Amino acid sequence: MRTARIAWAGAIHAVTESQGRIRLADGRLIDESEVVWLPPIEAGTVFAVGLNYADHAQELAFKPQQEPLVFLKSAHALAGHRALTPRPAGVKFMHYECELAVVIARTARNVSRAAALDYVAGYTVANDYAIRDYLENYYRPNLRVKSRDSSTILGPWLVDAADVPEPMALELTTRVNGRVTQRGNTAKMIFDVGHLIEYLSAFLTLGAGDVILTGTPEGVANVDPGDEVVTEIAGIGSLTSYIVEEPQQIAAAGETAWAS
Amino acid sequence: MDTAWLSFASAPATRGTVYGTALNFRSALTALGDATRAAPYNAPPRAPILYIKPRNTWIGDGAPIPLPKGHEAIAAGPTLGIVIGRPARRVCPAVALDYVLGYTLVNDIALPHSSYFRPALQQQCRDGFCAIGPAVLARSAIKNVDALAIRVWVDGVLRLTSTTAEMIRPVRQLVADVSEFMTLHAGDLLLTGLPANLPLVRAGQCVTVEIEGLGRLDNPVVAAANLSSAA
Repeated sequence: MRTARIAWAGAIHAVTESQGRIRLADGRLIDESEVVWLPPIEAGTVFAVGLNYADHAQELAFKPQQEPLVFLKSAHALAGHRALTPRPAGVKFMHYECELAVVIARTARNVSRAAALDYVAGYTVANDYAIRDYLENYYRPNLRVKSRDSSTILGPWLVDAADVPEPMALELTTRVNGRVTQRGNTAKMIFDVGHLIEYLSAFLTLGAGDVILTGTPEGVANVDPGDEVVTEIAGIGSLTSYIVEEPQQIAAAGETAWAS
Repeated sequence: MDTAWLSFASAPATRGTVYGTALNFRSALTALGDATRAAPYNAPPRAPILYIKPRNTWIGDGAPIPLPKGHEAIAAGPTLGIVIGRPARRVCPAVALDYVLGYTLVNDIALPHSSYFRPALQQQCRDGFCAIGPAVLARSAIKNVDALAIRVWVDGVLRLTSTTAEMIRPVRQLVADVSEFMTLHAGDLLLTGLPANLPLVRAGQCVTVEIEGLGRLDNPVVAAANLSSAA
């Protein structure tokens, strides 16, 4: 089954897919073009894994990690399918990252790699944008690079784990304005999904709705305002976002009188 | 009863994201010294260095802090928590406090570690490693948030004194500089940083953090193996 969250007709709906259309809980079928897509889950903790494909690590001139490089981002950074992602003025290198996103089903603590997939609710597609100009060497990559508003796109659908028999053999593809710029396969992860769940649950408790973004293969490239970026994972979905210029206005004194 | 005290029911300090700030105290940055100019850092920090204390870390006043197996002690982390009241994006320092609902006291616990190079989830994000409370004090009730005494006791013995005057980015500057690159939302909690020389606390000991005007947080440190809810 595929599930999603959408805004439609003034309300937020948890929906399923039916015959290529969107099925509301009350049975009504609506067209995809009529809705505003939200991230398919209300995320708990959002984990992201860096340098988890040897080819991408090499691309960025890093040795492969000896243990997973994990960082956190705020759920506030998430946006749904067809999001507008701002690119700050004056930056030189903002890039997409096509990633398999894993959604945790239930509380997981000290879970073995072998049992880990029993704790997965499902999978969705992520595009985890980064702005490399802002990298500094403190808790790198830091939130200015990785936890910006609408900088982590998720969706469109959450695909039940039961419908993804081989999560470690999925093709990843990114297209910028229709041209393929990134290709990979989840088979090439350094730390696979089971390993990541084992690693994290060995030192903290994972909860239902937590998300693990599992890293991106080689092929990152700069994107500019006006670009359409589609990250696709075979069998999971095709996720679109659009790069826009970041607004420049600054809230100044006098604009913000607030009765407290 | 001082009406400036808001209960957690009305002021959900733990509803949003809890952001920690690294190296925002002069003593902490000074402790790194010239290392900031050498590898792997290569330059002193420019933007605020943030990290996230995820929901598995949140506990209240009095709750036990689990000491993970194989570790001798936790480092206490007394810090001022800024409770955001409404969405703040690109706010300038002059108006930044308009976006603050109030303040709370946080013990931002970690396993002792000396490197700031990579995100330190294994040290900072263990279950029960962020004690929050006991309440939220309305912003208007604090005259000068950038000059509050900070104290830490272990088993009743005073082990650390500092002050929020040590902050490199005072509250309004920190809110402004973070909001420069992302929106702080109502219910988010922005922690303002930790001084150097954080006291270590072993299993069987009790840690108390205090910030002037914000009360105290008391939490016992308990070997995780002795807690049913944590491994």
